[in-house]
Amino acid sequence: MDFSYLGQLLLGGLTRGSIYALLALGYTMVYGIIELINFAHGDIYMVGAFTALIASTVLLNYGVPHLAAIILAGVAAVIYSSAYGYTVEKIAYKPLRNASRLAPLISAIGASLFLESYVLLLQTSDFLPFPALIPNFKFWAPYESLFSSTELVILITTIVVMILLTVLIKFTKIGKAMRATSQDRVMAALMGINVDRVISITFIVGSAIAAIGGVLIASHIGQINFYMGFIAGIKAFVAAVLGGIGSMPGAVLGSFVLGLSESLFTGYVSSDYQDVFAFTILVAILIFRPSGLLGRSENQKV
Amino acid sequence: MIVMDEIKKSCVATLWFIFLTFPIAVIKIDSINNTVKWRWLNMVYIGVGSFFLSMLWRYMIKKKEMGGQKEKKKKEAGFFYKISQNRKIFIPLCVLLGVFTILFPHIFSMYQTTIMISALIYVMLGLGLNIVVGLAGLLDLGYVAFFALGAYLYALLNMHYGVSFWVALPLGGMLAALFGLVLGYPVLKLRGDYLAIVTLGFGEIIRIISQNWDAVTFGPSGIANIPPPPFFGVKLSLQATSTYIFYIIVVLVIFTIFIINRLKDSRIGRAWVALKDDEIACQSMGIDKGKTKLTAFALGATWAGMAGVVFAAKTTFINPASFTIWESIIILCIVVLGGMGSIAGVISGALLLILLPEYLRAFAQYRMLAFASVLILMMIFRPNGMIENVRKIYKFKQ
Repeated sequence: MDFSYLGQLLLGGLTRGSIYALLALGYTMVYGIIELINFAHGDIYMVGAFTALIASTVLLNYGVPHLAAIILAGVAAVIYSSAYGYTVEKIAYKPLRNASRLAPLISAIGASLFLESYVLLLQTSDFLPFPALIPNFKFWAPYESLFSSTELVILITTIVVMILLTVLIKFTKIGKAMRATSQDRVMAALMGINVDRVISITFIVGSAIAAIGGVLIASHIGQINFYMGFIAGIKAFVAAVLGGIGSMPGAVLGSFVLGLSESLFTGYVSSDYQDVFAFTILVAILIFRPSGLLGRSENQKV
Repeated sequence: MIVMDEIKKSCVATLWFIFLTFPIAVIKIDSINNTVKWRWLNMVYIGVGSFFLSMLWRYMIKKKEMGGQKEKKKKEAGFFYKISQNRKIFIPLCVLLGVFTILFPHIFSMYQTTIMISALIYVMLGLGLNIVVGLAGLLDLGYVAFFALGAYLYALLNMHYGVSFWVALPLGGMLAALFGLVLGYPVLKLRGDYLAIVTLGFGEIIRIISQNWDAVTFGPSGIANIPPPPFFGVKLSLQATSTYIFYIIVVLVIFTIFIINRLKDSRIGRAWVALKDDEIACQSMGIDKGKTKLTAFALGATWAGMAGVVFAAKTTFINPASFTIWESIIILCIVVLGGMGSIAGVISGALLLILLPEYLRAFAQYRMLAFASVLILMMIFRPNGMIENVRKIYKFKQ
């Protein structure tokens, strides 16, 4: 048994898991509130990465200092992703609030496809190199070979985002409104909660988190293209289901479980079939524990 | 005043979209030379476009809400429905269509025939998916996987064992149905949205396997030299082969229409529609939910498997690139645009979506954008599609 190899795989899995977590949180938030699989979520993350790339290139071209450019690009990505999330919700989902279950799902597929082909047409179908936005820290130098600075930043950012999100949901007024809306939309509206506004805010927050994930993973992997959101989105969804969809701690736990097991699978079995592995896990959970690791089992009421 | 208000709202929407599309539509970076290109013209296009579109959008939404309030009791039966009920027009029309179909490969060039064959393959796929999505209301996003299974089955069996087209055709259907059962069994008991993602995953799994399992599927380079269907041992010219395949697919499409038409009004077909409308009520009427869904799923897959065999025989070459998620989405588009549950709708949807891009090559790059818009707009404004499915009404006679 080669322990340093195993350690490397575990650390790699941790990074992978944090990225999935940033995406899975958005899925689970939206699902918790309107019971819709937001297929466009992965593409919002892609738009975030593209915005960051464009913004950072433009800023660096005009001689803005490196650090300021990184921060501004990150902020631009978050703002734009939120704006896209908000707009997608307003156009593709809101008119279908009272339609049958199938309608918003098909509309969500349409929204995802629309964003992909929009970026494909106006930007490019090629892979674009993404600059390493996160520099190598000096104090971290001794551990650089084991766990790079970028990976460290990813892990820390994920933890910070999760703490902030928990605070938002648990302790603020809007968080309370979100929880109320997800429990019973009609009742929440009767209590004076502007349900449409709460749903919009949920999309905005979810998309902002996805944008952070997009920027981090893009600078970790080093290249982006219009299709990057598709498979990442699906895997994040698998993670959300694994943890129990609708539950925030579940989404995070599911993401880390998926990230670690996928990393081990890639390292010891085969890297060609890592996507197959994720789907196999999904089917296995749906058979044996459909409510996920931390989800409540729901009984349908007549 | 109302007009001013509308214009103001549209202006706000325009500004919003200009802001939204700014980085992606206006700026283009060249990462190799590290230069930035500003495309200000795009901003003008988007501004003008979104101004008018937002006007139209709000008008349509308002109209839809008005329509919902009135709740037209007497729904006007569609044009197609009226025709199909009037025997005096319907039968001559069918004959005319039949004659046209028979003559088609002889009037038009081989190129046209080939395009028509692929359109008809999509008609078959659309009709198959129509069982799953349109009748039973299950969203299947990996439908192309069954199509791929059929195509690979024929290609591989023929290569290794020399199995002929006519044997492979039912085998392809059966294999797809088997996979449908195996995949559907665990998932169909669960809520509908899980099915969407599992089928999506299944589609990807089949594609990844066909791409990576070099020893069997020959990986990305695919399988070439798949023979066309044999014609009583006579070797046909290229032109005659395409005419022959054209007739085969026409017969298969007619067969499909016949079967689905019969299924629709059968006990199981009515059970599908009932399940789509209300699961709980349906179960309390004694319908086995899991079994009914499973039959819909497996039967839908069967058509895809057979279409796959025909596809392999037609193109004589298959590789994983023909079976991407886009294909599944195109087939879904066909069903959604045509009209979920409606046979005439699905046929016209398939012909429209496959033939139109073929003749509008100049706009080929906007195809996906158009398909995506079709999915969203149809769901919002016309969820029942171009040609609405008319439910059978039974009148009680005293």
